[in-house]
Amino acid sequence: MSTLLEVDRLEVSFGGRTAAVRGASLAVERGETHCLVGESGCGKSVTALAVMNLLARGARRQAERLAFEGQDLLGLSDSGMARLRGNRMAMIFQEPMTSLNPAYTVGSQMTEVLRRHRGASQRIATDRAADLLARVGITAPGLRLGQFPHQLSGGLRQRVMIAMALMCEPRLLIADEPTTALDVTVQAQILRLLAQLQRDLGLGMLLITHDLGIVARVAHRVSVMYAGEVVESAATAELFARPRHPYTQGLLRCVPVPGRIRRDEPLGSIPGTVPRVMPGFEGCAFRERCDFADETCSGTIPRHAAGPAHEFLCRLPA
Amino acid sequence: MLQFLLRRLTVAVLVAVTVMTLAFVLTRLSGDLAISIAGPNATQADVEVVRKAYGLDRPMVTQFLDWVGRALTGDFGDSYFFKAPVSSLIAERMPVTLTLGLTGLVIALVVSLPLGILAAVRENTALDRVVQLVALIGQAMPSFWLGLLLMITFGLQLGWLPISGTGSWQNYVMPGIVLAFSAIPALTRLTRAGMIQSMGSDYIRTARAKGLSRASILLKHALRNAAIPVVAIAAVQLGFMLGGSIVIEQVFALHGVGFLAWESIGKNDFPVVQAVVLVLAVIYVALTTLADLMNAVLDPRLRGP
Repeated sequence: MSTLLEVDRLEVSFGGRTAAVRGASLAVERGETHCLVGESGCGKSVTALAVMNLLARGARRQAERLAFEGQDLLGLSDSGMARLRGNRMAMIFQEPMTSLNPAYTVGSQMTEVLRRHRGASQRIATDRAADLLARVGITAPGLRLGQFPHQLSGGLRQRVMIAMALMCEPRLLIADEPTTALDVTVQAQILRLLAQLQRDLGLGMLLITHDLGIVARVAHRVSVMYAGEVVESAATAELFARPRHPYTQGLLRCVPVPGRIRRDEPLGSIPGTVPRVMPGFEGCAFRERCDFADETCSGTIPRHAAGPAHEFLCRLPA
Repeated sequence: MLQFLLRRLTVAVLVAVTVMTLAFVLTRLSGDLAISIAGPNATQADVEVVRKAYGLDRPMVTQFLDWVGRALTGDFGDSYFFKAPVSSLIAERMPVTLTLGLTGLVIALVVSLPLGILAAVRENTALDRVVQLVALIGQAMPSFWLGLLLMITFGLQLGWLPISGTGSWQNYVMPGIVLAFSAIPALTRLTRAGMIQSMGSDYIRTARAKGLSRASILLKHALRNAAIPVVAIAAVQLGFMLGGSIVIEQVFALHGVGFLAWESIGKNDFPVVQAVVLVLAVIYVALTTLADLMNAVLDPRLRGP
């Protein structure tokens, strides 16, 4: 079977001034959780929105290949894309408080997805919505269906968003920092729910996060993004055991790992912030913040293979 | 919802009472009514007779309470000039004003909603700028002048529409357009701004992520939220058209309430003036209350927890 989602050398720029994504490549296999990690502003969300063709007007999207279930997405018309979205591929967002329409009930917003893509009757769609609300751990689904978003807490709204995304049994779920805006206890619940749904439904999931704790728990595969590039990609265990890119190493030093760090040793940090990169930028974007940087870092950076399915982008030798 | 309703109705009644008081006091601030009713050639004795006959010699509070008491039963007294009950004068002319105002509002909405949506969807394009320019011109154009232009073009030169009177529905077309023109700029700009804000919101991104059709995204998800300020302003505009159509009623010789008010002010026919002010104010209050209720239907958050 073909790869679920293939992204090859994706480029996104805004008005020719900012290169938000620069040649990022990644692949999500069927039934696999692929985590996209990196600091704020490194192009994770833009990559996801580019895949869904939900970029704001004025954004330019280019790629060598962008395919879902073997079907090319680049040449697909707007209406062709709309038939896939919410149907075969679904997305949930970081902002559960504002992502639901305040003017319509939960039921209305959930059922319209099935009615649109499957031409289902209101009754069938309502039954499906109630089933899914129960499935995402919402008690009294019948009551919730008749309520408006402002009557629900943030955690409940995110559960509704998840249930809504599952209405048409998508094969791919893109989750853009789905727990960032929630309380810590709720974060854990939502994450457990997503991991369980992914397993039970055999979903391919592209999970965007900057939380390496989440990655360690749920990811099969990790891609690390920096300034619009995927700088390292590997299976989760491999990446945590043998990080090769200095940025990945820096990220891992910023998280406490039981058994690996000592009590008296301070946690690491990476000084500085992600630079805004202009189109036509040459070399490694991390060089300003990197301990290993030298003059060769402003040249062309090679991509190394460091074992099976482990790649990184750095001048340092494999 | 019930609490919301009660709160809105209480405010509406308070506003109506305030307007009633103001209407009464203001007509009496414009000079000694007995003198103006008696006329320029009246002697002091005549004035005193008039004062007594019309009950103007009583204390102001007594006069006010008397007027309020009778107004509540629909009795506004008799007109000094027309020698007829004020209530029947108003009832006679109200249909003309209501028809005119509603015609104006419908035309205004039919024009400004699509224009506003179009401008928002094509934000910052040539089309958007043209729409905004049209809105600006509409805002700047005096209504009597536009009225005359229409009369000359469609009434006199082309002969398509009657230029005065209230004989048929065709009499309301031109004045309706003129009235609508005063409301179109604000409604268009408000629709445009609301749609732009709505279209940039997270729930529209969600609607797109759900793969909904463009029509559903625009008209179901965006417009519903953009419509809330438009409804509020449309109600105010309709109130404005009903109360402020004096100029238009003059230009097109439509004998509506505005025309009646203008005549009565000139003739110091204060029972009529008071009653017209009161009736229009009550309509205004009723309209804004209705708009609030409509908005509560559109946006569930306004209904309270």
